[in-house]
Amino acid sequence: MFKFLTLTTSSTFTTSTTTMQLRLLKDKILAKLMLVLTLASVSLLLVIGIGLYYKSIPLLQRLSWGTLLTSGVWKPLKGLFGFYPFIMGTLWVTGIAIIIALPLSLLTSLYIVEYAPARVKRALSPFVNLLSGIPPVIFGVWGVLFIIPLIQKYIAPHFVEYSTGYSVLAGGIVLAVMIFPLIVSIISEVLRTIPQELKDASLSLGATKWETIKKVVLRKALPGIIAATVLAISRAFGETIAVLMVCGNNAVVPHSVFDTGYPLPALIANNYGEMLSIPLYDSALMFAALLLFIIILLFNIISRVILARLERKLAV
Amino acid sequence: MTQTPHISVQHLNVHIANQQILKDISINIPDKKVTSIIGPSGCGKTTLLKTFNRLLDNTAGIKITGKVLVDNEDIYDPAAEVTHIRKKMGLLSQRPYPLPMSIYDNVAYGPRIHGTREKAELDQLVEEQLKATGLWNEVKDRLNTSASRLSIGQQQRLCLARGLAVGPEIILGDESTSALDPVSTAIIEDLFISLKEKYTIVLVTHILRQARRVSDYIIFVYMGKIIEFGPTEEVLLNPKQELTKEYVKGYIS
Amino acid sequence: MRRRKLEELFFRSLMVLSTVIVGGSFFLIVGTIFYKGAPYMNLDMITKIPGGGFYIGKEGGVLNAIIGSIYVAGGATVLGLLISIPVAIFINMYMDGKKFLSNTLRMAYDVLFGIPSIVYGAFGFLIMVYFGIRASLLGGIIAVTLLVIPILVRTLDEVIRTVPGELRDAALSLGATRWETAKVVLRQIRPGIFTAILLSFGRAVGDVASVMFTAGFSDNIPTSLHQPAATLPLAIFFQLGSAVDEVQGRGYASALILTIIVLIITILAELLIKKFSKFRN
Repeated sequence: MFKFLTLTTSSTFTTSTTTMQLRLLKDKILAKLMLVLTLASVSLLLVIGIGLYYKSIPLLQRLSWGTLLTSGVWKPLKGLFGFYPFIMGTLWVTGIAIIIALPLSLLTSLYIVEYAPARVKRALSPFVNLLSGIPPVIFGVWGVLFIIPLIQKYIAPHFVEYSTGYSVLAGGIVLAVMIFPLIVSIISEVLRTIPQELKDASLSLGATKWETIKKVVLRKALPGIIAATVLAISRAFGETIAVLMVCGNNAVVPHSVFDTGYPLPALIANNYGEMLSIPLYDSALMFAALLLFIIILLFNIISRVILARLERKLAV
Repeated sequence: MTQTPHISVQHLNVHIANQQILKDISINIPDKKVTSIIGPSGCGKTTLLKTFNRLLDNTAGIKITGKVLVDNEDIYDPAAEVTHIRKKMGLLSQRPYPLPMSIYDNVAYGPRIHGTREKAELDQLVEEQLKATGLWNEVKDRLNTSASRLSIGQQQRLCLARGLAVGPEIILGDESTSALDPVSTAIIEDLFISLKEKYTIVLVTHILRQARRVSDYIIFVYMGKIIEFGPTEEVLLNPKQELTKEYVKGYIS
Repeated sequence: MRRRKLEELFFRSLMVLSTVIVGGSFFLIVGTIFYKGAPYMNLDMITKIPGGGFYIGKEGGVLNAIIGSIYVAGGATVLGLLISIPVAIFINMYMDGKKFLSNTLRMAYDVLFGIPSIVYGAFGFLIMVYFGIRASLLGGIIAVTLLVIPILVRTLDEVIRTVPGELRDAALSLGATRWETAKVVLRQIRPGIFTAILLSFGRAVGDVASVMFTAGFSDNIPTSLHQPAATLPLAIFFQLGSAVDEVQGRGYASALILTIIVLIITILAELLIKKFSKFRN
């Protein structure tokens, strides 16, 4: 506090009016500058959307939205672009990831917030954070080193005749581990806001702790859990490299978890090299990026709005 | 006093995080009467109340020694079943906390947990308790709407009905009218007076007027110790201890 | 009653199991990388650039990628800071009274935060094509800056909000302008700024999709903004794709290098956060 006072006294106690005017002018200019920067960076959202759309126009002039989204024919050299396999690939991988990650993360959050002794809590939380810092490509390497052989040698043989291990299952497992920290942190946050008195009310009626969680806590936390899931889905949709390395990258629609898949981000990443040499290919890839962008944008906004409403309700 | 005590506290000491909150408390709560616990803020009255239904069990750093006998069974006995004990008591807290479900489900919550499944039985239970707390006519047409839509006074009565639905013997009230307007407060106070025919009631309150109106007995707690205990009129108008005299000094009937 | 207790025991065990899986996956991943990468790790890897034939098994290291990543991440962080600090200050100090606007802005940045790096990469590529920039260090920096701005704004915003309003009010009532008060606030949150830098650098150094199209790749260390730059994640990716065992192994070692770098950064950031919040309390 004292350092600060000396800082300002040196400038405020020179009472010349021109210094005053200069300071105010400087303040005004800087304010305008900051406004510009803020508006510019926020408008990125619009600019990206418009840019991607603009680049997709050549493609949209040739094929309708309907064909693009439902056709399974992908022959760039013939100018046929059906995105259906890639959309399905994305859905399969994301679906598997959520099915694995949501229950595990929910149970973990419940344990951390409701049951774990303080020592365990303190020991555990850094590792969940560290997990979120690991770069996606490392997850991909781990997927190749650990998950692929696991599936190929130990899991698949029970179900199918032969599998290379490269599958949507592998993509889903790797993605699930990547989104653990996200779901755990949001749900934990939401659980912590549930008032102890509400839980006490249930306990006072003779319910066990678990019954209280089942019937009261989870109900109260439901919007937050949904928001976390929606956010996690949008994160999973956009993950590129980790999934690319373990998915197989075959442009066919998966019919079982052991089939290969080719999610949208992988499509973009794998083919950007040929983008400029085949006509309309660059439009196609930009269209894929636009699809991703729109879906993720929507999911993000929905999730953030839910979370914001929750926050406001609790602040009352 | 020759009635059988419903709750008998013997040499109860409570420490929370190395601070002693309750010091060697020994008291008998009379059966089917209203007993109010009064005292200045922070003296430990809410803590004392919460030891009755073992709600303090999960507080961090808590240490409890001594006995609390309910119907002559020590509830702090290691072999005792907590949920069973809590079922004997209904707790009404300072602010109403309706469960995130419909009015019907709120009241039916307790019975369902303890095994009552028959719809007819639950229907009857819900109606009975809502009538007992005077809510029935106000909500009978909207039993399936969310409980949070009720006014605060109604919510508190709902919480009372909810607590009564599990068939307790004892009702505990922790400053349960402090969030309510005068009309709702009067309704709840009247309910306590009428309910004591069937239940033993222990209330924590800092409103001396309320204590006088509602209770048969008063316990005065100061700094974690019981200073005085006796019939209402005696403690409030003719206190024997200096500290009690100081505390009720401002109170003119 | 017994059924109720059994149910609780059952779910509680499930919870512990889940926690072990979620917490343990960190160790599993890092452990696997260490285990597979350590045998191929040697000093050459971090001190030499690829020699001819590196990708078919001959000599060299990944110094080109290490330095390239540092340049890209560093450049993006600096550029990002130049934009994000004013924005964070603006939202917090110049917009008081307009709660709705500032909250909407915050949400916009949260949404930007959720946009995947591949979209930033694709968009960055579009910008490069539009301005005629080739795949280069500059291109990579532009794309990664876009990626990093939301992270910086979010972190800085959170940190600035921890400065008590009284400090700001005291300054303003002494006659300071908003900018001068901002300078004081910035000084106050210096550790927070470092945390933001670390977090954004860590994210930038490990990302692939944003640099894939935009930074190009090269076996050499770039000496100008217009030369292509190798990045560690891409180097890992390429090495892993090789049919030669030796090269694959070196890919694992490169992954190990990247992991160690990012772990150090993240741990530092965690420590700073802890120290910062203790210091404030």
